[in-house]
Amino acid sequence: MFVKQISVFLENKPGRLAAACETLSKNNIDISAISIADTTQFGILRMIVDKPDEALAVMKKAGFPVSTTEVLAVEVADRPGGLNNALQILQQADVSIEYLYSFIKRNGDKALILLRVESPQKAVEVLKNAGIKMYTCEEIAEL
Amino acid sequence: MYWNKTRECMQREQLKAYQLQKLKETIDLVYHNVESYRHKMQQAGIIPEDIKTLDDLKKLPFTTKQDLRDNYPNGLFATPESEIIRIHASSGTTGKPTVVGYTRRDIANWAELIARCLTMAGGKKNSVVQVAYGYGLFTGGLGFHYGTEKLGAMVIPVSGGNTKRQIMLMKDLKTTILACTPSYALHIAETIEEMGLDRNEIKLKAGIFGAEPCTENMRKEIEQKLGIKAHDIYGLSEVIGPGVACECSYQNGLHISEDFFIPEIIDPVTGETLPPGQKGELVITTIDKEALPVIRYRTRDITSLNYEPCPCGRTFARLGKIMGRTDDMLIIRGVNVFPSQIESVLMAVGETEPHYQLIVDRTDNLDSLEIRVEVSEKLFADEVRKLEDIRKKIASNIYTTLGINVNVRLVEPHTIERSEGKAKRVIDKRKL
Repeated sequence: MFVKQISVFLENKPGRLAAACETLSKNNIDISAISIADTTQFGILRMIVDKPDEALAVMKKAGFPVSTTEVLAVEVADRPGGLNNALQILQQADVSIEYLYSFIKRNGDKALILLRVESPQKAVEVLKNAGIKMYTCEEIAEL
Repeated sequence: MYWNKTRECMQREQLKAYQLQKLKETIDLVYHNVESYRHKMQQAGIIPEDIKTLDDLKKLPFTTKQDLRDNYPNGLFATPESEIIRIHASSGTTGKPTVVGYTRRDIANWAELIARCLTMAGGKKNSVVQVAYGYGLFTGGLGFHYGTEKLGAMVIPVSGGNTKRQIMLMKDLKTTILACTPSYALHIAETIEEMGLDRNEIKLKAGIFGAEPCTENMRKEIEQKLGIKAHDIYGLSEVIGPGVACECSYQNGLHISEDFFIPEIIDPVTGETLPPGQKGELVITTIDKEALPVIRYRTRDITSLNYEPCPCGRTFARLGKIMGRTDDMLIIRGVNVFPSQIESVLMAVGETEPHYQLIVDRTDNLDSLEIRVEVSEKLFADEVRKLEDIRKKIASNIYTTLGINVNVRLVEPHTIERSEGKAKRVIDKRKL
């Protein structure tokens, strides 16, 4: 039910993001979702890629501090209130969100949101009960 | 157990009288036999007869490593070359090596010092001492070798390297005392584990480790892994070699053989002598050396002296753990800062040896210290908050330890410049 996310530590200086993307590009790795959390000093680049294990290996080899995190890939309707619907469910269950970002691709008229929550098991349970679809790695690869 | 109770447990007053007599002899020796010392004393307007009390030692100029370099190879020798029976030399990573010489009596005295150290570590006539310090120009190997023979124990002169052979000999010859650097001791311990050897097959009881700094954590790790007691030893070739000071079984400071050396602690900046207990640069005067006596030699090692009585019964003062080198010392807003102190904080936070760099700058007449820490796999977390917490933790631990505010910057691995494998630790941008 979880999707493997690649996180990379980047110093906040020109060329570092490009260097990270260059490494992925050279190894023919496709990015399907990307976001950056930034501070004045450093940033954390978070991505969903088609080959996470390979991405982890090549980034490590290139010397980037890198780790994997399990996140939820939640399907929401791509219209006003679509995301809110999912967030309301989590809020009612008292699940707090650490961060979220969205997919580049859509699945028909649905949008895909990546969520990192504090209590993942509980989040899966309440979202499932509310009939919200969550994607697996394989399903994402097929999009 | 003592090797030489008369000397090692001498009462302070008696020791002082002995030191004064030997100091006078040494000053006489260098004044009349070493051009460089005579010249320096004349410049300072001092003659040997001016040394009337131990306190008068303060009047004499310091000797530095540079003096040895300037007089390369044997300009500071106080005896004719025919009296020298051995030479050792320091590695000399910068420029020429430092050459040191020994007369027959010096070699015998050095062996006496090592015999004392071995006895502090429980060494006896029936001990088996494995010397895994390098043999050759380095003082470690041969220094221990002669000391072990003097003690009457059996020496295994295996020298450094070939760890599996070391372990085989250790097992087959039933080594009881290991002498090497602490990092090599740790390597031996790890290799024993890897080889899957039963600890009971190794008869090792104690280790005497020196020639490089050893943190308390490292000592504990060695003791636990090898199941032994680890004794810290101190020495430097310019003074004699290993054996200047060593820890007794109480492991609370290193007893310095004051019948051979007069230690002082000075402020490395002003050169003023500091009272006992205060931390500063160790300065040593040899008082029973023939070939190469040194007067107020600046060791550049930072430590303190403890004159409190030791439960072991030895009356010699104890050196604290070496806290760093004066070469590395930074003065930031009036506070003396050693990179080693920062390193300890980083190790405690990250649990691994960190790659770091200190950037010192001065803006609007105020010093600033930035610590750049390479983010290792272990330190990296996916959340900004966790990384910020690490930064704050490092900064607050440094504030607690040193009392200065620092800015911690997390940087990518391999971005800190390395010279010959060692990272360049300090960049001082201040224009002083």
